[in-house]
Amino acid sequence: MSLLENIPSIYLENGLEIKLKEIHSAPLISSWVWYRVGSRDEIPGKHGISHWVEHMQFKGTEKISSDEMEKAVARSGGVWNAFTYLDWTTYFETMPADKIDQALELEADRMVNTTYDEKEVESERTVVISERQGRENSPSFWLSEALHNAAFRIHSYNHVIIGDQVDLETLQKEDLENHYKTYYAPNNAVVAIAGDFDKSKMLERITELYQDIPAGNDPPRVNRPENPQRGEHRLTVEGPGETILGDVAYHTPSASEPDFFPLLILDSILSGPQGLNMFGGGGISNKTSRLYKRMVEEKEVVVDIHGGLPATIDPYLYSLNFIVHPNSTTDDALKILDEEIQRLQDTPAKAAELQRAVKQTQALFAYGGESITNQAFWLGFSEMFDSYEWVTGYLDNIAAVTPDDVQRVAQQYLQPKNRIVGIYHPHKKGNNNQ
Amino acid sequence: MTKQAFSSLKVNSLPGPDDITRVQLKNGITFLFRPNMNSMAVSIGGYVQAGSIYDPQEKLGLADFTTSTLKRGTKTRSFQEIYDTLESIGASLGIGCGPHTAGFGGKALAEDLPTLLEILADVLMNPTFPEEDIERVRSQLLTGLDLRAQDTSSMAMLEFEKLLYQDHPYQNPSDGYIDTIQAIGVKDLAEFHQTHFGPEGTGLVIVGPYEPEHVIALAEEHLGGWVNENQAEARQVPNMPSPEKTIMKHHVIEEKSQTDLVVGTIGPSRRWKGYHSALLGNSVLGQFGMMGRIGESVRNQAGLAYYAYSALSSSIGPGQWMVSAGVAPENRDKALDLIKEELKKFVAQPVSDEELRDVQSSYIGKLPLSLESNAGVAAALIRMETHQLGLDYLRNYEKMILEITPQSVLEAAREFLDPDRLVISSAGAEL
Repeated sequence: MSLLENIPSIYLENGLEIKLKEIHSAPLISSWVWYRVGSRDEIPGKHGISHWVEHMQFKGTEKISSDEMEKAVARSGGVWNAFTYLDWTTYFETMPADKIDQALELEADRMVNTTYDEKEVESERTVVISERQGRENSPSFWLSEALHNAAFRIHSYNHVIIGDQVDLETLQKEDLENHYKTYYAPNNAVVAIAGDFDKSKMLERITELYQDIPAGNDPPRVNRPENPQRGEHRLTVEGPGETILGDVAYHTPSASEPDFFPLLILDSILSGPQGLNMFGGGGISNKTSRLYKRMVEEKEVVVDIHGGLPATIDPYLYSLNFIVHPNSTTDDALKILDEEIQRLQDTPAKAAELQRAVKQTQALFAYGGESITNQAFWLGFSEMFDSYEWVTGYLDNIAAVTPDDVQRVAQQYLQPKNRIVGIYHPHKKGNNNQ
Repeated sequence: MTKQAFSSLKVNSLPGPDDITRVQLKNGITFLFRPNMNSMAVSIGGYVQAGSIYDPQEKLGLADFTTSTLKRGTKTRSFQEIYDTLESIGASLGIGCGPHTAGFGGKALAEDLPTLLEILADVLMNPTFPEEDIERVRSQLLTGLDLRAQDTSSMAMLEFEKLLYQDHPYQNPSDGYIDTIQAIGVKDLAEFHQTHFGPEGTGLVIVGPYEPEHVIALAEEHLGGWVNENQAEARQVPNMPSPEKTIMKHHVIEEKSQTDLVVGTIGPSRRWKGYHSALLGNSVLGQFGMMGRIGESVRNQAGLAYYAYSALSSSIGPGQWMVSAGVAPENRDKALDLIKEELKKFVAQPVSDEELRDVQSSYIGKLPLSLESNAGVAAALIRMETHQLGLDYLRNYEKMILEITPQSVLEAAREFLDPDRLVISSAGAEL
């Protein structure tokens, strides 16, 4: 079976979507359960609740204690983890093939049976607050938080996934339990499994484990589209340190929109390739990207720069993050950044630049495909904001982008009025360095 | 559970003497190859005896600076030409610096291995250290040091190593200090390269879809002609005794929400006979499940930290055995007490049979997962070569792990861990 072959979804009567892919290269299986819930589904006062619920999923059920859960996976030599994102929350286990049944059973059980004990909730409160405090130690966290607040006045992408400290201090057991019961249901989930198994037997087992879990009500969604931005926002965050950081973010369309793929190529040309490899495979450096060449090498206004265009359900952000060179200024860095964007808007990119982006994408898929965990991740990931065909069609869609497309999206989205410029400014530097 | 219950491992599918090719190239470079015919890509890795232990005290960071500048230009290629070649084919090549060796690793689509090896050989053999580029890298390194000074985790670790390895080459950070990086000139870089980069003690590993003869010929073509008659011999480092008494230091970094704490002592070297006992014991102490006994106590029971775990860091010289945790400043001492309590228990009585069985099962089970990618196999082959573990190491692994007993774990723990003789380092806001 090829790396990016279409895998039709199978649905149980309760709405659970299942995607299975046999890969027999190693005696391993990677099993993922995806829920359509993330920080996008949170309202003020409950920021961070999705992530906290994710933590509670490791606290055990009536059938299996937290301790037994951990040991069952660890004993097998498997790995497991969970992630909460803007649009989704996901749980995975990658284990020796002959041990995977423990993980399958565990996931079906904790879809609906997690126990919410007051003492456990309180103990986890300090753990989650500690997680936030760990992030607060990094200047880029404060910058990102301020930038999201400025970028989204209305839409719930306006807060960081870990949540606000005040909400983490005040959320109650009932809030967490309600959130869990609202969003953790088979009709709001995708089970995606890849590895060394027989598809029909695996389907039989998944059906057996999940078929008696009743469907929930359609979960509520926070539907508050952001208004178009009407002018550039600039913000400064001050803190300790010696180094000025920049984060320039442009509003961009959702991953399902046709313009998303030209924007991916634009990102690749400007700041280097990004792949879909969450687990191994590594990346490709960005030293020949336009912004690196001009800003780091030629003009020395920054010491490093990276871009990112996350795939999301609703319109989100294309971000360019940089570290200002100690002998330069924010203004100089932004001036060169703007010149490069202008160049992309004025003149179509060269065909060779697009071909390079395609070859890099092919390579990143080849590297990522070595990991069964990655292949299973791909199966479910794009179901959260589009469909698996988004991943299987990714290479073709990248290859179909033309220089004119890139120029057009540069002109349309990379406008000052459509962006937020965030600067982290060390106290010591004083204002004259801005 | 009986011993047989662990044996789900298909031993003969693991890399071993019958499918690993190990040869010396003409110039003495040790070359290892393992085929993976199912793969579309290739991974390479290797090392040169040019690590930070060779840094002069007034120029700490020299080895790291040198490895960071190898790709800035060669006799025939500029920085941009090197990266243009790599990035246009979706390949990557990284070179970093450890205490003993400069290590390299790269990836490419299978058909591009010759190009990847050609660039690797060029940057290892022919760097020119162009002056303008050196200043650019220096700015980047200095900015890195500014960021390090604000990073509680890095600073807690840096201070821990300074206190643990007093008067030992391992006490120095491989990325140096601001004044030592500023003291390094272009001539120093060229000299360091000339003295330490060469085929002697160098290893190269390739994992990908090829026949052995094909890759041996490629390796010979690109690296077999490398000679350096002036290359210095690899240096040994002395042993290091554990601290005589507990030493504690807090490094203040203003305005930080979280304090990072590192508690530990000298650990075994990788070649120590009881290494696997220490490894499994460490898993019980602060790894297994959600971070072992330490995680259970500090995170799960007390809710004091998002992370709290123990780690065994073992390489050629004296290793480290330590516990790390990120806590609110007001909880540092509470966390420290809990950690010490766990260490006391750990050296007082053997781990239970059940605990040992759990970690044995875990280590045996995770072996195939660590070897599923070419890069994973390449890393394993490098470890096997560096620490002289033998080509049959992975095939014997299960047997070695099953031979560990609660008593051997206790002996390993007592050999190194003394709860009254620890180095305790923390970094964060004023306490």
